[in-house]
Amino acid sequence: MTAQSLVPLIQLHDVWKTYVMGEEKLDVLRGVTLTINKGEFVAILGPSGSGKSTLMNQLGLLDVPTKGKITLEGRDLTTLSENEMALVRGKTIGFIFQQFNLIPTLTAVENVMLPTLFQGIAEEERVVRGRKLLTMVGLDHRMDHKPGQLSGGQQQRVAIARSLVNDPSIILADEPTGNLDSISGAQIFEMLIHLHRDEHKTVILITHDEELAHHAQRIAYMKDGRVDRIEEKATKNSSRKRPRAE
Amino acid sequence: MLKDFFKLSLQEIRHRRMRSYLTLTGIIIGIAAVVSLISLGQGLQNAIAGQFASLGNDKLFISAKGNSFNPGLSIDAVWIMDKDLEIVRRTSGVTLATGFVTTTAAIEYNDQARYFMVYGESTDPDERALLGESNNYKLASGRVLDKGDTHKVTIGSAYQDETLFGKSIGLGNTIIVKGIQFKVVGIMEKTGSPPDDQAVGMPIDTYEELFETNGALGMIVAQTQVGEDPVEVASEITTALRHSRNLKEGNEDFTIQTPQEMAAIFSSILDIVQIVLLGIAGISLLVGGVNVMNTMYTSVLERTRTIGLMKAVGAQKHHILTLFLIESGIYGLVGGIIGVGIGVGIAKLVELVFILVTGPSFLSVEISWVLIFGTLLFSFVVGCISGVAPALRAAKLHPVDGLRYE
Ligand SMILES: Nc1ncnc2c1ncn2[C@@H]1O[C@H](COP(=O)(O)OP(=O)(O)OP(=O)(O)O)[C@@H](O)[C@H]1O
Ligand SMILES: [Mg+2]
Repeated sequence: MTAQSLVPLIQLHDVWKTYVMGEEKLDVLRGVTLTINKGEFVAILGPSGSGKSTLMNQLGLLDVPTKGKITLEGRDLTTLSENEMALVRGKTIGFIFQQFNLIPTLTAVENVMLPTLFQGIAEEERVVRGRKLLTMVGLDHRMDHKPGQLSGGQQQRVAIARSLVNDPSIILADEPTGNLDSISGAQIFEMLIHLHRDEHKTVILITHDEELAHHAQRIAYMKDGRVDRIEEKATKNSSRKRPRAE
Repeated sequence: MLKDFFKLSLQEIRHRRMRSYLTLTGIIIGIAAVVSLISLGQGLQNAIAGQFASLGNDKLFISAKGNSFNPGLSIDAVWIMDKDLEIVRRTSGVTLATGFVTTTAAIEYNDQARYFMVYGESTDPDERALLGESNNYKLASGRVLDKGDTHKVTIGSAYQDETLFGKSIGLGNTIIVKGIQFKVVGIMEKTGSPPDDQAVGMPIDTYEELFETNGALGMIVAQTQVGEDPVEVASEITTALRHSRNLKEGNEDFTIQTPQEMAAIFSSILDIVQIVLLGIAGISLLVGGVNVMNTMYTSVLERTRTIGLMKAVGAQKHHILTLFLIESGIYGLVGGIIGVGIGVGIAKLVELVFILVTGPSFLSVEISWVLIFGTLLFSFVVGCISGVAPALRAAKLHPVDGLRYE
């Protein structure tokens, strides 16, 4: 696969999300059409309230659009049952949230292992994966610490390890550095770049930080529930990317 | 996978230590109540059945109506008389019959007076033996009352205790009953029933003189012939007594009971008592269950974000449902185990107190494995059922709603 041969992975076609609150109707997404290609690094940029997180919920199968169609590798996702959605989510999508969303009563390694629990993976295998990933994010000395005993940056690294534990092809990160200081934020961002460049994951980064967004190959600008424009980038990140041997 | 779910639930329970203890306490109280009441009730049932079984089923007890358990105590009551005893003796199928009469009278000793039961019994050895069998009176030391004994009595085992009169009463001592002196010639064995153990026995003739009974009896005990149906004999006696007392059929002022009938009455009273107690225990268990439900609802609410996260990372409905059901099931099971332990402890303690107070072998608590495992299962089920509604709520939670929850 080269940067030129684009294979569509996720396609959104005229996706609407409308919240009904009493008498009022709020169109948060107003006809989003967007294609995310396999192995690319896309940033979704936009002001607060423009519907970025709502869009991520649709992309991540956390929510069903009010209207429109979403396909994953050509498969229509809008007809899936709740449990089928959970299954697809668990296997193919890794989430990284601004709030980390670690479970406070579990240790770092247990948090990392959590998603494997719902995939029926054997215990030894799960432990091996958890330890390996925590080591990869540089937390081999914090395996049995609870989230409360970790810094924000460390917690987000645990969350990254967790997002990778089922070896998903897509990483969805919603403002992953939003709650971090600049140094921790930079570390986390480096990891996302690494996942894209070296692990060939499809990374979708949601942010309102222009500078971060410019490291991506494409930037989708959101405004008032729509993708306003898409900017193709030839960043150092993507230019550095060499074509793999077929 | 289930193992991991157990681990997760246990961690959660341990995390909310205080609330978990309180929740457990609710279940423990309910289960302990159920176990102790059932085993004590069963023990009591067995004890009473045993007592009646030792009477044998060839005896009939004839007493005035409404008078069978406190003969001689009511003033305006109808009485069974001496001449009734003669009629019973003459009825075919009866081999032996004897009268028995009791009252409460002042007993004086060591310059102290207290009221206890005094009874009159036949001095005929066979009749005395029949009565002894029915009342469970056995001689421990000294001798039984003889023909010609006038100012002699036998006393229950309780009089050997110094607490009654400040001084133990033994063979050869003289006590005063209704102002008249009597010499103690025999001491009875401990029966376990305090009124019996504090009773003073004297020859029935002496009793009649002392209490001016004019031939009134509290009860007649009749023994039926081997091979005769006690129920048949009872109906013969009924007919004979009805004639002599000039009564119409259906208007009898006396009753004839067989030991089986008396056992059945006792047992049905006990059944009612047991049902009432079990009802109370059941209510406390219900409260325990509601308590578990409350805890689980709180737990689900508190962990809304966690549930949302779990769903985001691939948990399906049944995963979340299982997780919370295990949690409430653990409350049921652990509460059940501790509750059963405490319940058995309470039952054994009560048994011990009974043994200390009334002597051995009256109440023997029965703790069956069926009861233990049945209760554990029940407790687990109560825990699970209490968790169903909260767990369903958790399972239905939308991942986005969970993650957005503050
Ligand atoms: N469940 C909901 N019910 C009602 N309104 C909602 C709901 N979720 C989101 N909204 C509204 O949708 C709009 C977009 O929300 P969204 O979270 O997608 O914005 P965002 O672009 O991610 O903003 P930010 O950069 O602040 O995270 C907001 O006005 C928000 O109030
Ligand atoms: Mg957002």
